[in-house]
Amino acid sequence: MRLGVPRTAGADPRLVAVTPDAVRRLADLGHDVVVEPGVGDGARLPAHDYVAAGARVADRADVWAADVVVTLRPPGPAELDLLRPGATLVAQLAPAASPDLLAALAARGVTALALDAVPRISRAQALDVLSALSNVAGYRAVVEAAEEFGGMFAGQVTAAGSTPPARVFVIGAGVAGLAAIGTAVSLGADVHAFDVRPEAAEQIESLGARVVRADDAVQQVSADGYASAQSADQEAAALRAYAEQSAQADVVVTTALVRGGAPTTITRAMVDAMRPGSVVVDLAAPGGGNCELTVPGERVVSDRGVVVLGYTDLAARLPQHSSRLLGTVVVNLLTLLTPERDGRLVLDLDDPVVRGMTVTHGSEVTWPPPPVPVSAAPPPAPEALPAPAVDREAQRRRRSMRRTVLGALGAVAAGLLIAASPPDAVGHLTVFALAVVVGFYVISNVTHALHTPLMAQTNAISGIIMVGALLQVGDPSPVVTTLAVVAAALASVNVFGGFLVTRRMLGMFTRDAPTGPDGGAS
Amino acid sequence: MTVSSVAQAVYVIAGLLFILSLAGLSAQESARRGTVLGMLGMGLAIVATIALALDRSQRPWPVTAGLILLVLVVGAAVGSWRARRVEMTQMPELIALLHSFVGLSAVLVGYGSFLAEPAGAAAAGGDTVHRVEVFLGVLIGAVTFTGSVVAFGKLSGRLASAPLTLPARNLLNLVALLACAALLAWFLAAGPGVGAGLGPLLLMTLVAFALGWHLVAAIGGGDMPVVVSMLNSYSGWAAAAAGFTLGNDLLIVTGALVGASGAILSYLMCRAMNRSFWSVVLGGFGTGTGTGAGPDGGAAVAGEVRETSPDEVAALLTAARSVVVVPGYGMAVAKAQHPVAELAERLRARGVTVRFGVHPVAGRLPGHMNVLLAEARVPYDVVLSMEEVNPDLPGTDVVLVIGANDTVNPAAQDDPSSPIAGMPVIEAWQARDVVVFKRSLATGYAGVQNPLFFRENTRMLFGDAKEQVDKIVQAL
Repeated sequence: MRLGVPRTAGADPRLVAVTPDAVRRLADLGHDVVVEPGVGDGARLPAHDYVAAGARVADRADVWAADVVVTLRPPGPAELDLLRPGATLVAQLAPAASPDLLAALAARGVTALALDAVPRISRAQALDVLSALSNVAGYRAVVEAAEEFGGMFAGQVTAAGSTPPARVFVIGAGVAGLAAIGTAVSLGADVHAFDVRPEAAEQIESLGARVVRADDAVQQVSADGYASAQSADQEAAALRAYAEQSAQADVVVTTALVRGGAPTTITRAMVDAMRPGSVVVDLAAPGGGNCELTVPGERVVSDRGVVVLGYTDLAARLPQHSSRLLGTVVVNLLTLLTPERDGRLVLDLDDPVVRGMTVTHGSEVTWPPPPVPVSAAPPPAPEALPAPAVDREAQRRRRSMRRTVLGALGAVAAGLLIAASPPDAVGHLTVFALAVVVGFYVISNVTHALHTPLMAQTNAISGIIMVGALLQVGDPSPVVTTLAVVAAALASVNVFGGFLVTRRMLGMFTRDAPTGPDGGAS
Repeated sequence: MTVSSVAQAVYVIAGLLFILSLAGLSAQESARRGTVLGMLGMGLAIVATIALALDRSQRPWPVTAGLILLVLVVGAAVGSWRARRVEMTQMPELIALLHSFVGLSAVLVGYGSFLAEPAGAAAAGGDTVHRVEVFLGVLIGAVTFTGSVVAFGKLSGRLASAPLTLPARNLLNLVALLACAALLAWFLAAGPGVGAGLGPLLLMTLVAFALGWHLVAAIGGGDMPVVVSMLNSYSGWAAAAAGFTLGNDLLIVTGALVGASGAILSYLMCRAMNRSFWSVVLGGFGTGTGTGAGPDGGAAVAGEVRETSPDEVAALLTAARSVVVVPGYGMAVAKAQHPVAELAERLRARGVTVRFGVHPVAGRLPGHMNVLLAEARVPYDVVLSMEEVNPDLPGTDVVLVIGANDTVNPAAQDDPSSPIAGMPVIEAWQARDVVVFKRSLATGYAGVQNPLFFRENTRMLFGDAKEQVDKIVQAL
């Protein structure tokens, strides 16, 4: 199928949905890729790389008239008219916020797949544009903050005096928040983070940040991986925590996005309570912003000298890597849609991932999709019932009872047997019984690592049966002598082979040299 | 002081040396001394026995001496040839083969003892006891022999390793045992002459051969650690039975030691698989070979696996601070222990903490992985057991699972319906990232699908473990 990649629409052409590398992989899937001139300029991907990867360059109208059009921004009215009926559009469409666009697409008979409507299930992670770009944005947010902030992130102790580490407060530990936490920690900052989802605490700690506890504000484990709107009490508790933390922070990164919008986390009063020169980076700016001072897309300085960054293009400020991630996401999506790798698009609407992304199909609007029952974190399992434990206890007791009875019976039987044996045999049985007990104690001490040498060694020792055979060699009967010679030969193979192989094995076990780089590792 | 009494004294010393020798194996530091003590004991016992044999020889002594010399030369030649040539990955086969030798010797010694039975003593009361001893010695020896031959065949790939599940197989075993009991009665009731008793003895030997064959044939390849230990135990009991037949205390002591050793190892292996000894011995486990959950239980697992490449793994390892390698039978099959050791060495040179976590039943022999890693010169103090490594896994950056499957299966803990539920496993999934080296997505020995492969922090590296590890080493 012909797959068109237009220049990214709008004022910001830095990102591109398909890199030359992705072109190559799409060609492997049987697609014929057509790109608009200058498609990769923003990400500094030269046109000849696209051509070398197998793409054709065609003019704008041609590209938009392809069977499949892959772009990042929603199409404008002019571009809508260029789309062919029956074509497939893959783009970020913000379906929840743009019913008119969906209606327009459906009216033209265009099937639209929204890259930003991927269901949050683990299988779909490789298709999730939002998490791919959020990760980049979280990183860039800290870099932007570091530039604005008038100090070093890492604490220093020098002859000229010492500086404390910057204190960073991150609100929301989603993909962007965690990326921001990781970046700030690696710059040496003292990072504190908060999330309303209790399961996030562990992830925050795993990155080396401290969790801000506000028990009243914590929600139940969410069933679908997204934070949901809070109750009034929770909200008040959370705001108290934000106020307390932001007042101490040099940098606040706020990433709170609940479905459908950005709640206010940092009020004007909180900004005023921050030290002059502090920085607030609002990653929720595209949704209106978490901070009351945020102007989406702008850098604002409060009256008291706090910088509030509301950039909406954080991911686009790192165009090379963002485009690369986007390219992989697009390839993953088209791999899913072209199962036969023959360039034919198959839209399997029974697949919850495909169904979730498909916002128009034929001439119908298919948004919103039926809910997908998924869980980012499994719901807490009900406590194990105590009943089986009781059962097990009873079972154990029954088993030990049975063992005692069997043991007693065995002892009586053995006793009778011994009593009935001639005195000569009794002596042997005594030796046997003692040897078994000694054997059990000795062997119980053998370390697990030496079990194979132990087996080889016992093998060699059980070659002691040769003693029996050798004593029979001198028997007058030739039959007995023959049997004895064969038996002794076999047993002696055991003796020699067993001991030698044990020695060889044990020779291999070496201790770590004490001068090794991590000699004290264990 | 006769030759016989001196020999008896030497036997006592030899027996003590054997005990000390096994005790020496309790730690790596004293293990080599243990082997030397064992050799010393064996040397003393053999010298004393030769003296005794020559003293009692009913032929001109040079003939007997010549025969004994021949035996020793053959044994030394074959034994040392095998011991030098064997590859460490073939250790389980060699050990199974050696067990079969002990079994066969026990059978032959039993027959020899029966045929040499002094006709005059037959009328006396000692005869019944002696016959019982001969009978038991031959029975145990025969079962050990064929059982070990089958185990050898399965381990070396000459026989299919899937369990043979005949209908009513437990009944067959029971019938065989009852037949042996009946033959014992006949054997004891038969007349005093050698000819009269030979019939039931031969018949019993055949039945015992069949029983040994069937017992082991019914057990699948992955239960081999238990089977090999069990056969180890049998070979000991066979030697002890021979000791009873011959009235030789050294044989009894040594046989009992070996028997106890094998029994303990079997018990440890069973515990490591959370299965009762009987369920292993009765066999038939692990019949499922499909990729889905077995029909006998276990929730179906579905999901997507994430593949990775050697370059990506190399990058992951370079960035890691602590790495744990979990080897399994697959590493032995691919003979990947040397590249794995080299990988570990490279990483350690970069300051990465590398340790190995070994599950008790990894491989086909108790302690098999330890020997392979030792062969590849991995220091033994970084090779940890499951109990030692599990508490460290949550703080580990990367776990490399090389050819292990059931021993890292989270279903053993999470899924009560799984056939391996309750088996202690290495909790690889606790680490930040897990890379699984595997030839394909097929299930492990237990026929249980492994949810670990579908976890979000798991990456799969398909292909031959050796080649893939080599590529990672190059990428580093």
